[in-house]
Amino acid sequence: MMAAVSKRIVLHFPRRTIDRPIIWHLARDYALEFNILKASIGPEQEGLMVIELTGTQEDYDKGINFLVKTGVKIQSLSQDIIRNEDRCTQCGACVTICPANAFCIEPGSRKVIFDNEKCVACGLCIKACPPHAMEVHF
Amino acid sequence: MAKTIAEINKRIKEGKAVVVTAEEIIDIARTKGITRAAQEVDVVTTGTFGVMCSSGAYLNIGHTKPRLKLGGGKAYLNDVLAYPGFAAADLFIGSNALPDDDPRNRIRPGEFNYGGGHVIEELVAGKDVRLSATAYGTDCYPRKKLDTWVNIKDLNQATLLNIRNAYQNYNVAVNLSDKLIYTYMGMLKPRLGNATYSSAGQLSPLLKDPYYRTIGIGTRIFLGGGIGYVAWHGTQHNPDVLRGDNGVPKRGAGTLAVIGDLKQMSPHWLVGTSMLGYGCSLGVGIGVPIPVLDEEVLRHAAATDGEIFAAVVDYSDAYPKMKPDILGEVSYAELKSGTIKVQGKNVPTASLSSYSRAVEISGILKGWIQKGDFLLTESVAPLPGVDSEVTFKPLNERPVEY
Ligand code: SF4
Ligand code: SF4
Repeated sequence: MMAAVSKRIVLHFPRRTIDRPIIWHLARDYALEFNILKASIGPEQEGLMVIELTGTQEDYDKGINFLVKTGVKIQSLSQDIIRNEDRCTQCGACVTICPANAFCIEPGSRKVIFDNEKCVACGLCIKACPPHAMEVHF
Repeated sequence: MAKTIAEINKRIKEGKAVVVTAEEIIDIARTKGITRAAQEVDVVTTGTFGVMCSSGAYLNIGHTKPRLKLGGGKAYLNDVLAYPGFAAADLFIGSNALPDDDPRNRIRPGEFNYGGGHVIEELVAGKDVRLSATAYGTDCYPRKKLDTWVNIKDLNQATLLNIRNAYQNYNVAVNLSDKLIYTYMGMLKPRLGNATYSSAGQLSPLLKDPYYRTIGIGTRIFLGGGIGYVAWHGTQHNPDVLRGDNGVPKRGAGTLAVIGDLKQMSPHWLVGTSMLGYGCSLGVGIGVPIPVLDEEVLRHAAATDGEIFAAVVDYSDAYPKMKPDILGEVSYAELKSGTIKVQGKNVPTASLSSYSRAVEISGILKGWIQKGDFLLTESVAPLPGVDSEVTFKPLNERPVEY
């Protein structure tokens, strides 16, 4: 028996894959346990999901292979998105761009609050933030 | 009773002037009433911080030895194309300029990571900037090539001259099409997926002086963290637009051309920006003081977000095709609530101009005036008003025949 692995990954589902029961296949065909941590829909109707997969290394590798074949893009959650507070001008352009609602406006001060916990590391704000205040750290 | 600017300046010098921000005046006017507020308050400070594309800086680099004439040659600052069409040592760098080898929108959306706005920010931050230039050589200016580091502290002059800033109101942008679009109003999601706006509303200078009664040519202002002046009316100044009963324009209307010494300014208030799929620009902070001359000035300065309206425009079709159609009007209070209704749909809103920085600017300007460091100016000449016949025309295109 191989050692069990448990990994957190971010899945990007292109629009065409959205109505296919991909996660269900992962569980049935690859005997992987899954735990959906976050899910949201991006601006081009693509799906975004942060998921924890647990199973043997062999099943995990096969499952990932299957995901890649279906056209799902996989990203490791070890990527962390951080805001450079000195560069952020508190404009708010990111608020309606983020598919995970990680940004919100503080009512009184109208400062833009970034909640890293909600971030699914989709990367959209990295290029869309006008002063490039959002940074990816590996 | 009416006050004069000279009287207000006397009070500022004596440390007695009552100065409040354009946000604070709203509550004061509400509780004390317009008449009492106009008697008690001397100055209302406004502020705005947003991406203002028609911004740029003139630099005088000093003469080289032997002499080189930039005028008529080519020049780059950190690889970004600068404009040297003047005499020997003058250059202009525009906020939207790009390096020749930037891929632009060849693969959409282009990233536009570095341009003129970034050069200006780095100059202001005191960083060395690479100047490379070629010239054609003359008897009096024989040299043909230059490749050197320059620093703002060594330049003879570094003058910010923004030919159009501080728009009096602006469109609310939405996208009715089926695909995501990338505009200067940010990423607009398909089928009314979001709406973006770009005005400080109740803090914005020209919205608080809608008929340009106090803001005119020569008005001293906060510009990029230093002191600047209103130089002229801005390009596309268009005073005679649809206005509400309170006189506030409901469309983009007046604009300001502003000038100031870049050497006094700060990179906190001049920020290089990249609009995905659109281009580079400069975020600029501006604050204008409004002397409370009488009740009318105060009434205008006390206008609230709920009383200021903007037009909702489709940037997938109406805007690019120059169609005049709008999808409705919304107030800044609605915009700031986080959702507006467009065609019966709830649309989430996002701002491109920073309200919290606008608040900061109005507070800094208030502080300067209270300390007696900043006196108000009588304008030298007024900005063109509603009856001036100054309008904003489209290009009358007359194609050249071959
Ligand atoms: S878009 Fe960038 S600068 Fe603007 S609030 Fe968001 S993180 Fe800050
Ligand atoms: S990367 Fe940016 S846009 Fe994407 S989820 Fe995280 S915060 Fe939101």
